[in-house]
Amino acid sequence: MGITSTHEPPMQKTHRQQAIHRGSTQKWLVLEANGIEKQYWKDLWRYRELFAILAWRDIAVRYKQTFIGVAWALIQPFMTMVIFTLIFGRLAKLPTEGDAPYAVLVLAGMLPWQFFSGSFSACADSLISNANLLTKVYFPRLIVPAATVITNFVDFIISFGILAAVMIWFKWLPTWRLVTMPLWIGLTFAVSMGVGLWFASLNVKYRDFRYVVPFIVQFGLYVSPVGFSSSIVPTKWQLLYALNPMVGVIEGFRWAIIGKGLAVNLMGLALSLATTSLLLVTGIRQFRRMEKQFADVI
Amino acid sequence: MLSEMDDSDTLIRVESLGKRYDLYHQSNEKYEALRDVITRHSKAAVRLLNPFTLAGQLQKSRHKMVRTQSHSKEEFWAIKDVNFEIRRGERVGIIGRNGAGKSTLLKILSRITEPTTGRVEILGRVASLLEVGTGFHPELTGQENIYLNGAILGMKRREIKSKFDEIVDFAEVQKFLDTPVKRYSSGMYVRLAFAVAAHLEPDIMIVDEVLAVGDANFQKKCLGKMEDVADREGRTVLFVSHQMAAIQTLCERGILLHNGSVMHSGDMRDVVSKYLDIGENSAERSDISRLARSGTGEARFSAVYPVDEEGNETAAFQLGDPFGICFELYSDVFVKDLSVGFSIHDQSGQSVSIVYSDFDNRTFVLKGESQPQKIFATIEGAPLAPGRYSVNVRLVKCGTEIDWPKGSVCNFDIIDAPYYVNPAARSGHTCVICLKPAWSACKQQILVKEA
Repeated sequence: MGITSTHEPPMQKTHRQQAIHRGSTQKWLVLEANGIEKQYWKDLWRYRELFAILAWRDIAVRYKQTFIGVAWALIQPFMTMVIFTLIFGRLAKLPTEGDAPYAVLVLAGMLPWQFFSGSFSACADSLISNANLLTKVYFPRLIVPAATVITNFVDFIISFGILAAVMIWFKWLPTWRLVTMPLWIGLTFAVSMGVGLWFASLNVKYRDFRYVVPFIVQFGLYVSPVGFSSSIVPTKWQLLYALNPMVGVIEGFRWAIIGKGLAVNLMGLALSLATTSLLLVTGIRQFRRMEKQFADVI
Repeated sequence: MLSEMDDSDTLIRVESLGKRYDLYHQSNEKYEALRDVITRHSKAAVRLLNPFTLAGQLQKSRHKMVRTQSHSKEEFWAIKDVNFEIRRGERVGIIGRNGAGKSTLLKILSRITEPTTGRVEILGRVASLLEVGTGFHPELTGQENIYLNGAILGMKRREIKSKFDEIVDFAEVQKFLDTPVKRYSSGMYVRLAFAVAAHLEPDIMIVDEVLAVGDANFQKKCLGKMEDVADREGRTVLFVSHQMAAIQTLCERGILLHNGSVMHSGDMRDVVSKYLDIGENSAERSDISRLARSGTGEARFSAVYPVDEEGNETAAFQLGDPFGICFELYSDVFVKDLSVGFSIHDQSGQSVSIVYSDFDNRTFVLKGESQPQKIFATIEGAPLAPGRYSVNVRLVKCGTEIDWPKGSVCNFDIIDAPYYVNPAARSGHTCVICLKPAWSACKQQILVKEA
């Protein structure tokens, strides 16, 4: 490199020569079958702006397209909360956690659940709905499903307003535990991405996987403690029950929001963490493995 | 160190590159339904589990399974053993017939798909433009789409911001920046998309057939901008096009792909003439039967296409060379006194020439046979400027309209002839016709018209 520059008299260095000189310090990019992995993670960082703009696009379009816009992010969880509180709390008379109002219990489970189900569905569909991008430009494909999770995160933040309102209504004060919230949000991210990546890549290959997604969301709503408290699950089933990663997430949210008189089920949390990391790692691996074929198959 | 410096000017190196696709014949889709996979396997399983098949049938069913599987999958090499190098500042045109592997090559170079064999080495930032307006969202405004599209094409936010005004000026959409692009006219849409792309500043630019859309004037503006940038900043451009005229204007070097491998590479002009030599390059035709048409319908055009001197269908002619148009006419009944007319239009739709066969007192007869009859019109040395032209046709009989398909029926390209490509004055691209005068000094040469 030093030699290259000594060949040129520094006086005559034009703009173009500078460009060439800069070029000579650049690294060769090698494309071949099963190319190097390291490049991918570097690219992921290099394309962070595209990631941000794709997430922004989805958010902008969502709130422009739907007539009631932001209100939808509020109405949906609010109505579900009302129904769940009436059915599980009033009619079925299920116990709440400690002496927390049933509505708070439901909302503390509902918000992460809706965050998860929304991101999971969008994630699973993301590659198909962005097919025009995948076949025309290069970028690490992981950006696309990840951006959809961000979009749903915005919905989540907005619907958090309801929780605040309901807590004020019931005069239920949060404790210091609320500070741990980012942790639980991060966990929801991980679960959504883990499951979402699996389905996103399978969806490209087997197009009828999209019919499985709504079923899983519906099924998951009943096996996760969204409308009820985990305390009603019999002890002998607790282990199996805790295999569902959303159990750990929702219990974490309840622990942080409701506060008083709630203990962490460490065993359950550990199990949830284990399944989550397993899902995430295998999900990323599966996605990476299928990613090379996306443009050819889609 | 020394060898490194020797090829320090090479930006792209392609070595024995190949890409294989597996074709599934069973379904026309590239992807499978899980349902199909399950039924395929369960059918085989059921067959195996059936006690009656177990004995002698087992062999057969296994045989069958193997056969159906091998039958449904076929390998196809879109490109195979491709080698070339591209140096800094070169503008290289890649041409070839449909299915020659051009798009696959571009997709590998722009990292959309991975090669199956071989390798590519690239130095510098690559921007690929395989489509105009990739990622444009109809609900977003013009301004929002500039940022979105720019980011998709690999521009940094800061970069877009600094060029924003320039892009808007270029696209001529100042007034509509806050309008969602779904309300744009198609012309505005394409202009905006082009404008973003034209302001990319990568080291290497890969451009696919994107200039085929948009109006002719704006195309020229874009070509001009690209040429400008390439000249001034030594940008490397890879350009794929079917428009021989456009590709000749922009590129000095060419690569001809044929059946997935490099058939010829070198000077663009040689490559284009090689391309024309391969023959069987069919012209771009529209399906006449789908065009709206008027007239009595006694006789109809069934096909119209440009032909070379031997009467073979072709897609491009060199400026000044003779070229022909073949009209295939069809009728159920006996019709006579048919006059065939055609017009030639340039890219802006401007009619360049209109002529009917009865101008020459020439009419044709159809005998009502099942085979269409071919009628040829041969034009000697037309001085049409390089570019793409479209043909419209009309059939009349003693002033009565018989058949008039509404719209262009085929296209052809006129490519530069060496005569007009004086490097000092590249005039062929900005004029409508190219005359070839006789020059003399002092005294005008007298043209004697033969009696």
